[in-house]
Amino acid sequence: MDVQEAIAALHPLERAVLPHIRESSRFPDIVAATKLKDVEVMRALQWLSNKGLITIHEDVREAITLGENGQRYREQGLPEILFLRHITGIATPLESIQQGAHLSPEELRASLGLLRKKGAITISAEKQGTAVSITAPGKQMLQRGSLESAFLAQPFPRDPAALRDEDRYAYEELKKRKGILVVKPATLRTASLTELGKAALQAGIKGGRSVEALTPELIRSRAWRQKTFRAYDVRSPVPAISGGRRHFVRQAAAYIRQIWLEMGFQEMSGTLAQTAFWDLDALFVPQDHPARQMQDTFYLGDGRQVLRGTLPPLADAVRSVHEHGGKTGSTGWQCPWDRHLAEEVLLRTHTTVLSARYLSQLKEFPAKFFSVGRVFRNETLDWKHLFELNQVEGIVVDPDANLRHLLGYITTFFTKLGFSQVRVRPAHFPYTEPSAEVEVFHPLKKSWIELGGAGIFRPEVTAPLLGKDIPVLAWGLGLERSIMDYFSFTDIRDLYRNDIKQLREIRQWMR
Amino acid sequence: MPTITLNKRVLESLMGKRIPPAQLQERISSLGVALEKIEGNEILLEVFPNRPDLLSEQGFARALSSFLGIRPGLREYPVTPSKHIVIISPSVAAVRPYTACALVQGLRLDDERIAEIIRIQEKLHGSYGRDRKRVAIGIYPFERITPPITFQALPPDEIRFRPLDFSHAITGREILAQHPAGRAYGSLLAGAEKYPVFTDAKGNVLSMPPIINSHETGRIDAETTDVFVECSGFQYPVLQACLNIIVAALADMGGRIHSLEMHYGKTKRISPDFTPRNVPLSLDYVNARLGLRLSEQDIPRLLAAMGHGYQKRSALVPAYRADILHQIDLVEDIAIAYGYGNLPPQAPLGATVGSEDPFSRFQAKLAELLTGLGLLEVNTYHLISAAAQQGMMCSSIPVVLLHNPSSKEYDSLRAWMLPSLLDVLARNTHHEYPQNLFDLGTAFRRGPTDTGVTEHQHLAVVLCGERANFTAIRQVMDYLLRMLGVGYQVRAMEHTSFIPGRVGEIYAAKTALGQMGEVHPQVLANFKLEMPVAGLEIDVSGLFSLLQK
Repeated sequence: MDVQEAIAALHPLERAVLPHIRESSRFPDIVAATKLKDVEVMRALQWLSNKGLITIHEDVREAITLGENGQRYREQGLPEILFLRHITGIATPLESIQQGAHLSPEELRASLGLLRKKGAITISAEKQGTAVSITAPGKQMLQRGSLESAFLAQPFPRDPAALRDEDRYAYEELKKRKGILVVKPATLRTASLTELGKAALQAGIKGGRSVEALTPELIRSRAWRQKTFRAYDVRSPVPAISGGRRHFVRQAAAYIRQIWLEMGFQEMSGTLAQTAFWDLDALFVPQDHPARQMQDTFYLGDGRQVLRGTLPPLADAVRSVHEHGGKTGSTGWQCPWDRHLAEEVLLRTHTTVLSARYLSQLKEFPAKFFSVGRVFRNETLDWKHLFELNQVEGIVVDPDANLRHLLGYITTFFTKLGFSQVRVRPAHFPYTEPSAEVEVFHPLKKSWIELGGAGIFRPEVTAPLLGKDIPVLAWGLGLERSIMDYFSFTDIRDLYRNDIKQLREIRQWMR
Repeated sequence: MPTITLNKRVLESLMGKRIPPAQLQERISSLGVALEKIEGNEILLEVFPNRPDLLSEQGFARALSSFLGIRPGLREYPVTPSKHIVIISPSVAAVRPYTACALVQGLRLDDERIAEIIRIQEKLHGSYGRDRKRVAIGIYPFERITPPITFQALPPDEIRFRPLDFSHAITGREILAQHPAGRAYGSLLAGAEKYPVFTDAKGNVLSMPPIINSHETGRIDAETTDVFVECSGFQYPVLQACLNIIVAALADMGGRIHSLEMHYGKTKRISPDFTPRNVPLSLDYVNARLGLRLSEQDIPRLLAAMGHGYQKRSALVPAYRADILHQIDLVEDIAIAYGYGNLPPQAPLGATVGSEDPFSRFQAKLAELLTGLGLLEVNTYHLISAAAQQGMMCSSIPVVLLHNPSSKEYDSLRAWMLPSLLDVLARNTHHEYPQNLFDLGTAFRRGPTDTGVTEHQHLAVVLCGERANFTAIRQVMDYLLRMLGVGYQVRAMEHTSFIPGRVGEIYAAKTALGQMGEVHPQVLANFKLEMPVAGLEIDVSGLFSLLQK
């Protein structure tokens, strides 16, 4: 970079710092010389180094830094100095000094010993108790300060190997005292001028006619015509900002909803609390099915009794398919159906409950419905289990629908979601027949991953709900598992950690 | 789902053919069995609960060899009548009313086979038998039994025998208290005045189902050649299916099946019954459901691959299949035989008009406005602790509880969302402030619906930072309602979760929509928050219905 260009691009902080840099100038010394804040000097040095005006040398070694007390004494003064300052006359009571100087009993004791050793005070026993008077050396010390306070006032961290004699004495004294100095490995930074830096300093780096910021005043007065604007280092990074945004799972859910809308589906909605009747019985789940057990499903109630709801008139038709197949030609479960169990209120275990409810209200078909909604499983949270998750549900009610259409819908959906290879394997669900497990090929893992279930509702499901056995294609896909990979998650809990940093920084859903 | 481990060598010898591992893996999965892994000689499978007949090595080999075309079609299981009878006393009606029994003779058992029989029994108990509640299975050395066998119920103190793996005879009641099986399954007999037992002509107790067999007459060993098998429970068809699954496996081990006459009072049933079930099958129905154009000639071949027979437009379903309720179940079997992978996906059906739920669109609009204000959306659970909703919020809001929570941390449904958001803030104190958040979700109360619970969609907003105050949160609410064109009023209210005098109730068209205010420092302290929070919670489903008017 040209010297003049470099000078023109200097930020005011850089202009303030550069003249104080020689050969191996120490960071604390620069801070002290410029009277700037640490961070300001740090930023200026970084910029100067980026521009090739200086080089920064970092060295990690043992360094003297301030401890907790050291920090405080540097700001407020050493206790012995405060002590001296509060001797208001001849034989000042010790108690009043302690109170005036806000000394802890420990600090008081230390100050007394130290000042007596230096001959700065005399102690006498008075009627009121111990009293203290200041001596001539004491007064001198108060005026000129002690070697210790001079040491504390200097910049830290310091290199213990490079101490002058008077500093060494103060260092040894202070080191004996509690919490003032800490010697530990620290980064010692030094800066040196490069040839370009030397040339710039020689040419003079005074700001001259360059302008920092364009102001309304400059525009109004047209004074900008006589000015040049300081050139920024446009390459240097800036602090990150963040904005308001939707939660990333909801971004993905919105896209998934859009896919189904594009494919001509109507959105379903419904409650999270449901009777077992709608969630299970209407879907021909036998009443002794393991999914109904407490360890799998959350029921509402008070721990003694499960909350019970009411059943629709449809319950009679559902009872008959369970018990003997009704008019479907099925054998049914050949088992008495207990109304009481169907009345139990639970948190929906799948959004298929919405499909059941919508089918029971359906008057015309063909019809297609979908939903993306929460479902609940009685699981303990771990890296692959959540107790609340989202299911992507869809049904197609059409007298002409068949298993190949089902594959067509699912393949179209997953292609839009970024998985072009989809396959199905035989599976079992109590409410569908044929039933299929849906798998997509993961191009990076080079393996098939299971993302949901699908099938055609059984006649024992459709006959009571629709009044006849019309094919209803149905699927329930796991939203979380379908999108985890997009966000590079391996722990499913990361989706709902609500860590603000993660929410601010996570990539946008871009499909 | 029940898992089983098969021995690959045994499986291959049962099928009479060796299959390369890759092909085996692919075929098993195409048959509809979840293959967990093949490791050396061990095959680990997960069997879907509708196919209990696949839970034994014999049953699985039978199905797989049909599927692979090694031995397709319906298997014959000849049953020879024996002279023996089983008497079912009316006394069992109240406790365990039915049993289906069989006699299998000419078995040659070794330790491996005995272990396999016990394994089949356990797998069936755990899955199809619903932990012995629906079906309890007993297998006995017939040589040690003096027929006829009686199934009867007796008072617990009058039952006395030495249960399996026990040193001495004890009573029925003592078995429930002292024997491990009694303690594990005793609840299945809870409240019964009499317990069911199988006894022989000498009065020896064979077993007390569904708990335990006798040590003397209820344990098969390498000497045993003839076994008596019984299934007891509540539905005779279920028991028959379960019995047939076991008996078929024993027959596959080389046993000969003999039937018994079951005397239910005057009704006599012959058991086991291996007559294949005749299920009429419509070719049109098959083709319509699968989207295929199969011909009448294709059907027998496809059914044979699944172990079924076919004649006169009916499938002949083997007696060990418990899952064929309707011809639709045969449609699936045909699809499996055809190969799911061979079904070409077909483009979606004709046009329908898509439509978004108007309320989800409304929620998206709200989110758009709020993110425009720089608020970050979080996504919290509907479950939370009752303590966080009430005590920590200094509130006595009524909440709906879970009957069976998995932890104290999540034992209730939220009645409001601010506690969830304060919880999020509490977990984020190490991140940069201000933290201005919102969430949209469901809140629950008791109410007059078919579940006894009403659900409202809520919006909650929290502003957390040094400058969070009433004005700031009211500005958010004001902006939102102005943009929606909803006029509103704010009335002072008392709310113990907020600082007195700094909380207001929001009204629109005389409907209370919610509240907003500066969160009480005690509440903040309860959540271990050291930064002021101003919060807002409104019922957006209420707001939505106002807008609809």
